[in-house]
Amino acid sequence: MDKNTGFMKALKCRECGREYPLEATHVCEFDFGPLEVVYDYDRIKHSLTRAVIKSRPQSMWRYRELLPVAGEPTVGCQVGYTPLVKADRLAKRLGIRELWVKNDTVNYPTLSFKDRVVSVALSRARELGFSTVACASTGNLANSVAANAAAAGLKAYVFIPSDLEQGKVVNSLVYGAHVIGIRGHYDEVNRLCAEIAGKYGWAFVNVNMRPYYAEGSKSMGFEILEQLGWTVPQHTVVCMASGSLLTKIHKSYQEFMKLGIVAESRYKVHGAQATGCSPISTAQKAGLDFFKPVKPNTIAKSLAIGTPADGFYALKVMKETGGAAEDVTDDEVREGIKLLAETEGIFAETAGGVTVGVAKKLIASGHIPQDASAVLCITGNGLKTLDAIAGHVGQTREIKPSLREFEALLDKENKLINA
Amino acid sequence: MAKKVRIPTPLRKLTHDEEIVEVTSDTIKGAIMELQVRFPGIQERLLDESGAIRRFVNVYVNEEDIRFLQNQETLLNEGDEISIIPAIAGG
Repeated sequence: MDKNTGFMKALKCRECGREYPLEATHVCEFDFGPLEVVYDYDRIKHSLTRAVIKSRPQSMWRYRELLPVAGEPTVGCQVGYTPLVKADRLAKRLGIRELWVKNDTVNYPTLSFKDRVVSVALSRARELGFSTVACASTGNLANSVAANAAAAGLKAYVFIPSDLEQGKVVNSLVYGAHVIGIRGHYDEVNRLCAEIAGKYGWAFVNVNMRPYYAEGSKSMGFEILEQLGWTVPQHTVVCMASGSLLTKIHKSYQEFMKLGIVAESRYKVHGAQATGCSPISTAQKAGLDFFKPVKPNTIAKSLAIGTPADGFYALKVMKETGGAAEDVTDDEVREGIKLLAETEGIFAETAGGVTVGVAKKLIASGHIPQDASAVLCITGNGLKTLDAIAGHVGQTREIKPSLREFEALLDKENKLINA
Repeated sequence: MAKKVRIPTPLRKLTHDEEIVEVTSDTIKGAIMELQVRFPGIQERLLDESGAIRRFVNVYVNEEDIRFLQNQETLLNEGDEISIIPAIAGG
């Protein structure tokens, strides 16, 4: 393995194809197109096989040839390999033959899929010699950058909208990160960070480290394929903020097919948004290949990106695979959270409620046929967004520590149920 | 009547490292043409072959995305600030 670049060859503009060295840079100087890592697939084919993967520890790094670090990872070595749960009870409620939940609510260490991208971004940032890392975040990314930077001894600056859920704010502060609340929505935080990143020599994971960072999401897709016994699911439902995760799930399926790790097969990738911030699903439903930016207004704050950077590519993936997009209201988001919790014992954050709610709609409308098999990508933990659902899940009933009072309560409730 | 344009890092080679450039045009379209005259080559970085703003270029007037205004026809007033920013990833 080449000591300096591993299995990476270059960065390449997705728009015009111009190549750039493997540095901390994310935008083509010519047309502003996003840069993407180019791999040496011929060498990877000789190095990465099912047997090799199975011989490695159960983390996202068992697919390391397809992740953009030059040497061995040094940050987040235990991230990933979250459970793929066969969700029979939820399948029954949604009216589909077979359903799986890819459960990143229990990802290590900060309970969201963002640990995957941060593990890659910080490992690569270290290789490139950075000692300060930063991010613009709707919350989950801030948590993950703060925690992983602390564990790696890196200095962290995280920028978030100042109105985020308390759970996500505390979850960044506790690790000793510099947390900056911006009075504005995520798109404004993003714009500021683009300007800050141009000025300071920091590794901004989703700005100048983006080509490496974004690739980490592929590990969620690789794990799904392995956990399904090296097969590709017919349908995958993915929530969309910038649209990046959806495109990377697609890329992971393509790469495993190209390398012969799974057989060539047809599949559809579907996109899920909240109605209060649905630029991508609105464009998809209208048959457009471009989106119109919106001002977000939804409880699904982790998906509240009105100007989705990968929206164009997400639309392209849905079109190419025959996938559909749909969006759900705040009430439907809460119902989705409750449905997943009550049927499968999994407490997802608002983005998970979006995915479940959209899956329900796509099954009802026939975009996902009832006799099919589908995977839902659940990306974050409900303990972080308690504010969104508190007051909507019933209340505790208080009694004295008395058997008589308990029996009276039970009797009353049974009567209510039978009434 | 002067308006300020903030030049993003990828374009500063063209503006000889100038971060803020003043223009006098009354629309975004005019401002881009004015920039092209002073910094040849900048127009093709911002506009595609059809003359539309490139897909991954975001233009803001006083922090408002011009797609919420009148795109390239958006009118500019004295003291307005124009930012040109590449699209960036989610978080």
